[in-house]
Amino acid sequence: MNKRTSQRIAFGIFRILGISVVGILVGILGFIVYHGVGAVSWEFLTTAPSDGMTAGGIFPAIVGTLCLVAGSLTIAVPLGVMSAIYTTEYAGNGRVIRLIRIMTNNLSGIPSIIFGLFGMALFVNRLGFGDSILAGSCTLGLLVLPVVIRTTEEALKAIPDAFRTGSLALGATRLQTVGRILLPAAFPNIITGLILSVGRVAGETAPILFTVAAYFLPRLPESVFDQVMALPYHLYVIVTSGTDLEAARPVAYGTALVLIVLVLFMNLLASFFRKILDAKKG
Amino acid sequence: MIEAKNIDFYYGDFHALKNISMKMEAHTVTAFIGPSGCGKSTFLRLFNRMNDLIDATRLTGECRIDGADIYHKSVDVDELRKKVGMVFQKPNPFPKSVFENVAYGLRVGGMTDKNRIRQRVEAALTGAALWDEVKDKLKKSAFELSGGQQQRLCIARALAISPAILLMDEPASALDPVSTSKIEDLIHVLKKEYTLVIVTHNMQQAARVSDKTGFFMLGELVEFSDTKKMFLNPEKEETQNYLTGRFG
Repeated sequence: MNKRTSQRIAFGIFRILGISVVGILVGILGFIVYHGVGAVSWEFLTTAPSDGMTAGGIFPAIVGTLCLVAGSLTIAVPLGVMSAIYTTEYAGNGRVIRLIRIMTNNLSGIPSIIFGLFGMALFVNRLGFGDSILAGSCTLGLLVLPVVIRTTEEALKAIPDAFRTGSLALGATRLQTVGRILLPAAFPNIITGLILSVGRVAGETAPILFTVAAYFLPRLPESVFDQVMALPYHLYVIVTSGTDLEAARPVAYGTALVLIVLVLFMNLLASFFRKILDAKKG
Repeated sequence: MIEAKNIDFYYGDFHALKNISMKMEAHTVTAFIGPSGCGKSTFLRLFNRMNDLIDATRLTGECRIDGADIYHKSVDVDELRKKVGMVFQKPNPFPKSVFENVAYGLRVGGMTDKNRIRQRVEAALTGAALWDEVKDKLKKSAFELSGGQQQRLCIARALAISPAILLMDEPASALDPVSTSKIEDLIHVLKKEYTLVIVTHNMQQAARVSDKTGFFMLGELVEFSDTKKMFLNPEKEETQNYLTGRFG
């Protein structure tokens, strides 16, 4: 076989594999949309479940998931951004920093069910938050902390050193340089980290299992100490342990569809926001 | 007046500056010339302590500005850098508007009065011979300016906080001839109000703009004298060889 033929065959195979990735994604989305779209209606989005969760809507679960996304980002973003600033801008390259880096990477490798157990032990029991939005947000916040740290670090490292030296040469302190030059410049890339985190937080089931998720709770939360329903857990419940699994199947696909659309929508919103910021910077 | 006495400087084990002493008078332009890696930029960056940002460096000797030791423990480095401005080799405007670039030093220095900031920005841009070109695009991104304009913006940014000394590290090496001559004209004007120290690899430029010239080689100050004298009648053979282009 000559070189050209073997190249052609090799790249032909790569091409098929590349396209099949798209196929898989489209397949999953298509499957969910096909089965779920019939269940989704205005009523489905705005009312609570009824008839043993075989009818009615998923409004409390949507609200619950939104609460958990907001709560966990409120915890993870400040913590993550501040520690990334410390490791990239202040700490130099000593042993402590290398240890922090390794630990951050390890943190992201811990199975999410372990985070769930840890969250239950620490937030629910030891700190006495109970099964609550607060405990669930803290647990999910820890889960996505490595993602936020990592993307913020990368965003800061991508900023040319000339901005730093230029700022310092004008008599700015390092903190002023971080606040006025580096963070604004890194912001669009930090948003990317948030997008990844939102998808993760909205879709995780294991960490909320023991810390916040309610099996059936058809009312809305009133404070951060309330339990909530959440989309991924609700999905799990109606597929595995409802009163009438067959009757609940359309509701399950509808829930899955809403979850996917919700995450996509938040991603779009974030990247739209990012585009505006990029355009403003010129 | 800037005064360096018996300066030795090391990057790790590398002995970058060897026993250098030199005095620079106020309101003069001093040029440092020499082949790449001769230590001229390192020497320049001692005076606003930018070398502090590099790990594992060591300095011995004395560095004084108007009699005060700038490496004394009590010195506030941020305050020092407000008095000793710097312009870098490549234009490095911030990702902000033209106006905000010049206002930056004022704002980090704590100035909040909008009118005063506007006056100082205009004065600085005028001082850097840029005002007429940018007065209608103050709100545009600094990246929309040409390379030469960006470098003059960086000069304006340094002038805005009224330094006494301006250090320039090959300020025209990334620019075209027209922009370069604008920067050189500017240096002649700035001399009246500021003390300038300029590093350049361009000997003609040193001859055109400076009052005094220091020739560096392999970390040593080979010769330091009036620019005219050095270019017409250098004392040392190495200087003669470098100026006539026999190496470097």
